[in-house]
Amino acid sequence: MSAVGAAPIERRLLTVASCEPLGAYRLLRVEDPAGPEPAPGQFAMLATAERWGGGEDERPYLPRAFSVTRWRPGEAEFLLEDVGPGSRRLCELRPGARLWALGPFGRPFTIGPLAQPSSAGEPPSTAGEAPAILVGGGAGIAPLVILHDALARRSAAATALLGFRDAEHAAAATLIEGARLATEDGSVGTPGLVTEPLSEALAATPGARVYACGPTPMLEAVRALCQELDVTAELALEAPMACGFGACHGCVVPRRDGGYLRTCLEGPVVEAALLAPLVGPPAIASALDGAPR
Amino acid sequence: MSDPVYFCGLSLAHPVINGSGTFDVRAARQVFGAALEDRFPFSAFVSKTITLEPRPGNPPPRLWETPAGLLNSIGLPNAGLEGYLAEELPALATLPVPLITNVMGSSAEEIGELLDACDARPEIAAVELNVSCPNVKTGLDIGADPAQLRSVLAATRPRLGKPLIVKLTPNAADVAACALAAQDGGADAVSLINTLRGLALAPGSSPGEPPRPWLGGGSGGLSGPAIRPVALAQVMAVASRVEIPVVGMGGVQNARHAGEMLAAGATLVAVGTESFRDPLAAGRIAAELGSRVPG
Repeated sequence: MSAVGAAPIERRLLTVASCEPLGAYRLLRVEDPAGPEPAPGQFAMLATAERWGGGEDERPYLPRAFSVTRWRPGEAEFLLEDVGPGSRRLCELRPGARLWALGPFGRPFTIGPLAQPSSAGEPPSTAGEAPAILVGGGAGIAPLVILHDALARRSAAATALLGFRDAEHAAAATLIEGARLATEDGSVGTPGLVTEPLSEALAATPGARVYACGPTPMLEAVRALCQELDVTAELALEAPMACGFGACHGCVVPRRDGGYLRTCLEGPVVEAALLAPLVGPPAIASALDGAPR
Repeated sequence: MSDPVYFCGLSLAHPVINGSGTFDVRAARQVFGAALEDRFPFSAFVSKTITLEPRPGNPPPRLWETPAGLLNSIGLPNAGLEGYLAEELPALATLPVPLITNVMGSSAEEIGELLDACDARPEIAAVELNVSCPNVKTGLDIGADPAQLRSVLAATRPRLGKPLIVKLTPNAADVAACALAAQDGGADAVSLINTLRGLALAPGSSPGEPPRPWLGGGSGGLSGPAIRPVALAQVMAVASRVEIPVVGMGGVQNARHAGEMLAAGATLVAVGTESFRDPLAAGRIAAELGSRVPG
């Protein structure tokens, strides 16, 4: 599923259908009649059509990258967290407002090829497909929602483990049915980091494949654990990104074998084994937006 | 569309090209497919900067957003001359527009070698020389000192039998003097402005501590609308002093900005950072320029 179709080269002027609070986040729903279907893990570059600029520090200026959270023909959803001038402005959008979008871009999550239904009425066969463990942290659950939906359509076995700071943030977990929760303050679910339930899930699920997205320290913990246990993992990365289509060379992360890969072009979903240890500030909603914390 | 524009012996469909290093054709082909060629936004394509040896580029973070601008420390990643000629040039040669190869060297010897290689390849219509590079011996930017620029060009210009554009650095005391030196040294055109040197400190930096640059490469280069008035002033200062054509760039976002560059004396306008926001920005600007009523 890593072969994706061409993205439209033209920016699309979209209309906001809704932008509702979801705990500490907002769920932005936009009408996108001409947008192609994104593969789970792909992202779009978003900027409001009005008042993009003139916020904190006279920003934003560049569009911001957001994973597609859910999609159906004509409509896309994005999970927003206010972490800086760009995401703040997008959070302020109200129905009828317009925004510019480019995409969908990037390398998506790899999921097995869809088998033909064995007979009428039966779900597609997923025999031989590794059970999936989805690991999300904070706003990083966004691409896991569309991935979880795709796996559910295939009737593929999937466990979702989601970590949040507190109960207010954990409200976003309703986007993934049946997800297991961890919160740092212990107010909901297992107290602590999501990487602890991950260790248990890996022990209980031989041959599992891990899909993760979240703050850099979480991704690094997942990467290191999966390397140690020889588990295949795909990480959806985030980096300061000016364009989203390989032009600026700004969004690089170090490769394990030397050199760099572009998060927008060879990612955002990257096989963990290709990556050097991840360092850097905990990127949250859009790395160009968030200051180091 | 505008009437054809003649520039250094090239006939271009319109006056809008790209700034070096702001558009990656191979990546864009992968992402946008055939639409890239069908709607190619530039009337000539300038490659990213090619150096003799491969460069991995600077460690991240490489970008920071500033008020109406972008500070970058990309570090000129490229496959080196050999890699460029073998892998990239064939991909660029099939573009529907003339190809300008941008090169950078830290000495006359290096620059001469790069020009020789470009001279030998018919796919390359012209060369742009990036002189925002410290001289390996003096440590001073080759393009910031008129005398040094003149002597480097005098030594290397005869090795290229095709048009040479000198991409001036804006980080010089007297950019017009540098432009005149480029003209004296045999440049067929000058292009400006390159990014302005800038710095972002890591959040939390405070007085009394050693300054901690935020970008992996230390300082960076500022681009985007924030630098447009500086660009316009430098383009006008240079165009009023030299006889050769000028490529004006810096923060151009629409046809009005492009028109101002042309009014300040530029023959061509380059679009850079705006292409990050909209890959078709240059095509849109060219179309608007062509349909604009003068005045």
